[in-house]
Amino acid sequence: MRADLFDRYQARASLVHALDPRAKVVMAVLFILSNVLLPDGAWAAFLISWGAILGISLLARLGPGFVVNRSVVALPFVLAAVSAIFSVPGRPVAALELGAWRLLVTEAGLIRFASIVVRSWLSVQIAILLTATTHFPDLLHALRHLYVPKMVVAVVAFMYRYLFVLADESTRLLRARDARSPRPEGGGGLSAAWRARVAGNMVGQLFLRSFERSDRVYSAMLARGYTGQLLTLNPHAMQAKDWLALLLLALFSVSIQVFSRL
Amino acid sequence: MPVVHVSPAAAPPVLAPVPPPGMPVLSIDHLSFTYPDGHPALHGISLHVKRGEKIALVGPNGAGKSTLMLHLNGILRGQGSILVAGLPVNRANLPLIRAKVGLVFQNPDDQLFSPTVFEDVAFGPLHMGYPEADVRRRVEKALHQVGMQGYLERLSHHLSVGEKKRIAIATVLSMEPEILVLDEPTAGLDPRARRSLIALLRSLSLTMLVSTHDMRLVKDLFFRMVIFDEGRIVADGPTDMLLEDAALLEAHGLEQP
Repeated sequence: MRADLFDRYQARASLVHALDPRAKVVMAVLFILSNVLLPDGAWAAFLISWGAILGISLLARLGPGFVVNRSVVALPFVLAAVSAIFSVPGRPVAALELGAWRLLVTEAGLIRFASIVVRSWLSVQIAILLTATTHFPDLLHALRHLYVPKMVVAVVAFMYRYLFVLADESTRLLRARDARSPRPEGGGGLSAAWRARVAGNMVGQLFLRSFERSDRVYSAMLARGYTGQLLTLNPHAMQAKDWLALLLLALFSVSIQVFSRL
Repeated sequence: MPVVHVSPAAAPPVLAPVPPPGMPVLSIDHLSFTYPDGHPALHGISLHVKRGEKIALVGPNGAGKSTLMLHLNGILRGQGSILVAGLPVNRANLPLIRAKVGLVFQNPDDQLFSPTVFEDVAFGPLHMGYPEADVRRRVEKALHQVGMQGYLERLSHHLSVGEKKRIAIATVLSMEPEILVLDEPTAGLDPRARRSLIALLRSLSLTMLVSTHDMRLVKDLFFRMVIFDEGRIVADGPTDMLLEDAALLEAHGLEQP
């Protein structure tokens, strides 16, 4: 498995890449917040937000289609908002009979559902922009600077570091299983329940191996003087351009909120 | 490892008293250890290492070599005494001992746990309490010693096995230890990576304790060889002499190179 399968960072020499990671994280959170606070049905405002994302995407030399392509993966999760179609009171548009229940599809519900879809999609795009323009270790530094607790950031860092190793282990387990899973001619083979049990055992194996690895990593940390306090160096300094970018985004968020409510 | 600003009021660097000259850098006396599950691992191990010596620990799998290595920096604690540069290995001395004994594990993935190479190599000196400028200097020096100067900002999981092994050694060299302890350094390396690792080990002038199955490595680099079997030291002497005794080697799961 290629080592950079999980890396989202796209190295480019652009203005956006050169910004302080702290500024970028705060801007991303601010932008997402601004999106979330836009009222239902504020289509013009959503469009302007998307335009801004496209603009930043181009400024970061990622090309217009890059962020959109990657954002498609998050869309299925939006289905969790389907209940909004039925729960918002308003002018009924259609009715659904489900056994004993009668569900009413309202116009306001449809607008809300559509707004949720658009908002989620925009937020995912912003997150993708952030990870594509910020080197992951810098992202971790930024989180620490922003007072996210040490342990939380440490957990994220270890997960990122060992995700690839974990993927490798599971590939090995899968290959071992496949090498011993012949199928008799004419189809057949054992039941789905048995196969599910095997899969369950493999997950257990993976957990055990990870647990033992964590023991070895802990020994390695002890061997280099770890006593419970995680320390590293801080190479980042906020410059004028970072504050300017932050200010611009704050102004944009405020004005778009005002615009959407006119 | 992610980041906390190193505050200027942080603990001062951990410095050990200078040992008197002529004292062995490592003295192990009657070390015994039994695992919590009852499995006995070491029986009365005694070993004395002088400064600058390069010693190979050989023996079959399960002989106790790795277990012994884990005792040297206090990760495991057994009965008997271990003195590192005159300091007893006990709870109070652990920070000092861990700066003096550089332990490099077999699997570099276990040793490289930080997001970038720089952070991994800086981990040791940073936790010893050195100020930022000193830490950076040590990182540069350590990477230079292993020949990986350009690798500062690389992500650890992007490296090949050979590169990872070298960086793993650098992570320990940055602490400027008195004794370097390596567990199977050439395991899993292709011939080219193996040769360059041997060249690297030859270039380091530290006291070295290396556990290995690679008999050619032992013949090339180590003047003294210690044969382990079933938790005991079976032989301890000049490599040339011991390598000629084919019967002894056979009896303990080894072979002549």
